[in-house]
Amino acid sequence: MHTLIEFAKPILVPLICAVVIVAVLPLVAGYIVLLERKLMADMQARLGPMRVGPHGLLQPIADAVKLLLKEDIIPEEADKAIFWVAPLISVTVAMLAMAALAIGPWFQIADLNIGLLFVMGIGALGIFGIVLGGWSSNSHYSLLGALRSAAQLVSYETAAGMAIVGGLLLAGTLSTREIIQTQDDYGVWFIFAAPVGFFIYAVASIAETNRAPFDLPEAESELVAGYMTEYSGFRWALYFLAEYTNMVVVASIATTLFLGGWLRPFAGTKAFDFLDYLPSLLMLVFAGYCFYRVPKQPVKIQQAVLAAVGLLLILLAGILAAPLLVPAGSLVADAKAGLHGAFWFLLKVGLYLYVFMWLRFTFPRYRFDQLMHLGWQFLVPLSIVNVMGIGLALVLHRQWGWGHLPAFGLTTVLTLAVAGWLAWAGEKKEKQRAIVGEEA
Amino acid sequence: MADERIPFATRAESTVLGADEIILNMGPQHPSTHGVLRVKLRLDGEKVIGSECVIGYLHRGVEKIAEHRSYQQFAPYVDRMDYVAAVSNGLGYCEAVEKLLGTEAPLRARVIRTILTELQRIASHLFWLGTHALDIGALTPLFYCLREREEILKIYEKYCGARLTTHAFRIGGLQYEAYDEFEKDVERFCTPFDKRVDEYEALLTENRIWVGRTRGIGVLTAKEAIDYGASGPVIRASGVKWDIRKAMPYAAYDLYKFEIPTGQNGDTYDRYIVRLEEMRQSRLICLQAIENIPAGPIMGKVGKVLKPPPGEVYHAIEAPKGELGYYIVSDGTTQPYRVRIRPPSLINLEAFDKMIRGHLVADVVAVIGTLDIVLGEVDR
Repeated sequence: MHTLIEFAKPILVPLICAVVIVAVLPLVAGYIVLLERKLMADMQARLGPMRVGPHGLLQPIADAVKLLLKEDIIPEEADKAIFWVAPLISVTVAMLAMAALAIGPWFQIADLNIGLLFVMGIGALGIFGIVLGGWSSNSHYSLLGALRSAAQLVSYETAAGMAIVGGLLLAGTLSTREIIQTQDDYGVWFIFAAPVGFFIYAVASIAETNRAPFDLPEAESELVAGYMTEYSGFRWALYFLAEYTNMVVVASIATTLFLGGWLRPFAGTKAFDFLDYLPSLLMLVFAGYCFYRVPKQPVKIQQAVLAAVGLLLILLAGILAAPLLVPAGSLVADAKAGLHGAFWFLLKVGLYLYVFMWLRFTFPRYRFDQLMHLGWQFLVPLSIVNVMGIGLALVLHRQWGWGHLPAFGLTTVLTLAVAGWLAWAGEKKEKQRAIVGEEA
Repeated sequence: MADERIPFATRAESTVLGADEIILNMGPQHPSTHGVLRVKLRLDGEKVIGSECVIGYLHRGVEKIAEHRSYQQFAPYVDRMDYVAAVSNGLGYCEAVEKLLGTEAPLRARVIRTILTELQRIASHLFWLGTHALDIGALTPLFYCLREREEILKIYEKYCGARLTTHAFRIGGLQYEAYDEFEKDVERFCTPFDKRVDEYEALLTENRIWVGRTRGIGVLTAKEAIDYGASGPVIRASGVKWDIRKAMPYAAYDLYKFEIPTGQNGDTYDRYIVRLEEMRQSRLICLQAIENIPAGPIMGKVGKVLKPPPGEVYHAIEAPKGELGYYIVSDGTTQPYRVRIRPPSLINLEAFDKMIRGHLVADVVAVIGTLDIVLGEVDR
């Protein structure tokens, strides 16, 4: 029996992880949407979804059921086969990209030695779904949306790729697991070694996932819904799922490469070990808030659901606290790495997504030519300079024996200076263009 | 779809790459054409090389209806033209008929009319700002704007029971006396309002994306603006200091001090700045007016049955969107012989093709937004 388990383990564990991802991700995407709507409502002085479940907690499920039951419309003139396949491509590649990402040291489908390269490559395939979907719909809005999306993705993929190269130079490996391990060894997350690289990746990843202020492919006020215009019901839901999965993927890449993955803040410092209790404490606070709100719910069933959510949070707090409370050496204590790793990873992903949403509520939308200007004339050159800067820092550090701080400080300042110069030059060119435009 | 009769741009100035141009029908069902405007766009890639606005989807024959209603009966109909600024419409009509009758409303009525109309200007501009920002992709200002607009609508509701199509004024004055808390409510709204405008400015005015999206877009020079007969914020943003409140004062505007904000470039950004400043000025007018509302009657001496002497009259007011004019011909009976309405939205919309040509699809919504059209008024 034991040998059988040992034999099956290399197959079983990834299989279980894969099933969990495919099964849970749609739900998670649904709740990210709910969270986004709630946050948006909060920033816009309103309440957001409140009807389905307490505080709209069951809204995503209701939405999913509605989308499943909707009539499936395929336009008469559409290219049916491609129309049918396109959303599948999008959602499949988005989920495939999750395969190489490590959510905590325990939860990973495959620790590929080309990890990040795989994620980037697979992620870029998602554009096929969008372009084919837009083209096969046989509608002007869809076509324009798809073309915009293709151009945008290609442009920003370049910048994002170069930003990642910067991080990879520091890590010296492509495997997601080893990247995080390197950050642990350094004792510092790469965001502090390469802040400019992180910034470039953050901007480019927003553009890659078609989120505001770069949501031109689906700019509602211009192109109705872009490439998704002709889609409805569950096919539309698949596109939606792909979009939110992509958000999770880019957030996971950023977390892995720049934010220290599953590492606790100050992971190597003993003095900060009390942070280990933070996860359970956070859960308890949320649970307390849930119980505080229970008597204020108008309907019995809502009270019950909210209380259940509170209990669930307490259970989670217990699970997260258990490894800290039992003596070291037992199986439960060993679970700390996996559980707390997953917690910190998901927390960082969540914060990254929060920034995404925050930007969406705050900024107007770029115009297409402005988007291209920003991509090609600012981010791409800057990302190349950033790579050179990090290379220089590594040379200074490894071969000339400079300390970390002076080496990376110097190159960051240099890169920022280049960024300032690029911005200034762009502004000047813009002004000249405007003057020429007036004469013409 | 490709209609040969469309007076689009000539072939010579069309596509750069020699590729086929796309004809894109924007609307009548499109999220940001503000109602049922249909814009036929000729596109070279994303560049607009020609456009034509197709209007009339909301045509209700308001002018014709007027010929079969008595003067009082027609008053509620004008509220349905620019339904975002119903009070202003009513003011224009009532004053036009009063002019035809040769009377004038009592001073108290005129002052209250001024306050309500200026509040309406703020409400209309708020609604414009929210939707315009939404078109350009900023989601949040809309809700802040609607929050403040709600306060104004509440004042209307308290005053006359209706929020949107108010029919607040009567020919000869007002039907309702201002309610007890009226001044207090107006003051409560106006006092913190400039801080609220600052809030919108914080979100947009110096936002790089906003400036990039609006500056240099949809430029209308002063001469062009005059040639097109543009009015309101559209012409003022082009640098023409033309405001009927100052040029031909009506209601009680000659009693109050206010500035006419103007722009220089006549682009979308200037129109934004001008409208924001107008909101601040309207607030100042309201604050001046509530300080001293004169006592007296609110209804002038006009009969139950209105029979204006034969003749004709043109009366224009500065509606939130521009010059709103009523040209009324009377044949001495109880019903007007002809009512012709000059809607500012329609005249301003005529400049659309000039403003959009050479810009991108994304700018179409910015330009439609900046013209501040209401299709109920364009089509009547």
